[in-house]
Amino acid sequence: MKALFWRDLKLAVASGGGVWLTCVFFAILVVMIPFGVGSERGVLVRIAPGVIWVAALLATFLSLDRIFASDAEDGSLEVLAQSPLPLEALTLIKALAHWITTCVPLVVIAPILGAMLGMPFVSLGPLVLSLLLGTPALSAIGTFGAALVLFVARGGMLLSILVLPFAFPTLIFGTTAITSVLSGSGEMTPFLMLAGISLGSVGLMPFASSAVLRFGLR
Amino acid sequence: MNFWQFANPTVFMSWSGKLLPWAWLTALASLAVALVWGFFFTPDDFRMGSTVKIIYIHVPAAMMAINAWLMMFVASLIWFIRRHHVSALAAKAAAPIGLVMTLIAIATGAIWGKPMWGTYWAWDPRLTSFLILCFFFVGYIALWEALESSDVAADLTSVLCLVGSVFALLSRYAVQFWNQGLHQGTSVPVATGERTVDDVFFAPLALAMLGFGLLFIALVLTRTRTELRLRRARALEARQRMRLEQSV
Repeated sequence: MKALFWRDLKLAVASGGGVWLTCVFFAILVVMIPFGVGSERGVLVRIAPGVIWVAALLATFLSLDRIFASDAEDGSLEVLAQSPLPLEALTLIKALAHWITTCVPLVVIAPILGAMLGMPFVSLGPLVLSLLLGTPALSAIGTFGAALVLFVARGGMLLSILVLPFAFPTLIFGTTAITSVLSGSGEMTPFLMLAGISLGSVGLMPFASSAVLRFGLR
Repeated sequence: MNFWQFANPTVFMSWSGKLLPWAWLTALASLAVALVWGFFFTPDDFRMGSTVKIIYIHVPAAMMAINAWLMMFVASLIWFIRRHHVSALAAKAAAPIGLVMTLIAIATGAIWGKPMWGTYWAWDPRLTSFLILCFFFVGYIALWEALESSDVAADLTSVLCLVGSVFALLSRYAVQFWNQGLHQGTSVPVATGERTVDDVFFAPLALAMLGFGLLFIALVLTRTRTELRLRRARALEARQRMRLEQSV
């Protein structure tokens, strides 16, 4: 299990700077917003949490097709499926590796972009916390989507259509978590809901993903 | 006779063929009566005027949209556990109907919303959760279309439907958390039985609901039978091709 985890990490880092590309994509998306809506500070502060969350969502899902596609092409997925390692563990490790190589870098640069959009210093902590709590769910959901479209020719667009509706709850609680801090109400509910969705997704989605792989590879 | 024998394709074709004319007849009859009754023989509401009459399409369509997803959930579960082909094909057949019902509910709501709320669209929990439901239907249909082997397609879409149900439900409550509503509460609460609709409006509404339910059954049966026949035709074609190749 450990070996597979390190192998996935190394592959992600080695494959043409995939980690940096996701970060740059995320940064460009956020930077484009002031050009779209104008650089008025009040407007930017109001929409900053939503903008950063939507950009993080898109950046996370953009890199999903990497998860299984390369393994399926060179046949190592079949080998892994035959190995004594249960498929549930395999999909969990894949989701974890995806989270570390795409979501963690996003979380690291998110406060910089938040500050650029004029978010006050006190709200940057909650921003990072909400992303840290919410993005594991995105990786787990994304792994499920990646498994589904693995058996479809040219599934890139389909992957987004399948996976994006699943992200509504995470997005809603992610942004309300930050806005509740910004408005000073200091409610904990959205943070707890985010943690709940992530725990549920990480705990249960590997079963769905492995069911899909099992059906598809049969 | 075992209950599951009804799911045998041949048995299904025979009983659904007998049931189908009756389903269509009762569906069309009750819909015609309900809509004519509702549109022409009920008084205008004292506040909403004649716009109230859109309720006879809006409410049943919205109800059937949710019930269609529920039916797909049950059918997917049956395919997942017992692997009856009819069940998978029925789920596939129900999806576009559910999508159209969702769109009808959204469209009639928008038409009613303009004179009443002053806007076609509001970011209201009920409206947005229906939009999200619409995306779930689209994703499900798109996955069916994209996969070539029909057994694998049935497997993957059933998993998508089961997992999607959890997230659709979650989205519904998350959306309620996110925004306060403009949409009125239900007029026909099933649990408490305290209607806020007068009997004058309720009688044709109940008939329209029944009509939409029967229409849904008739449409699903027709579409499932079409899918089954399509599958048989493909199998026959494949067999013929094999024979030709052998003879050459």
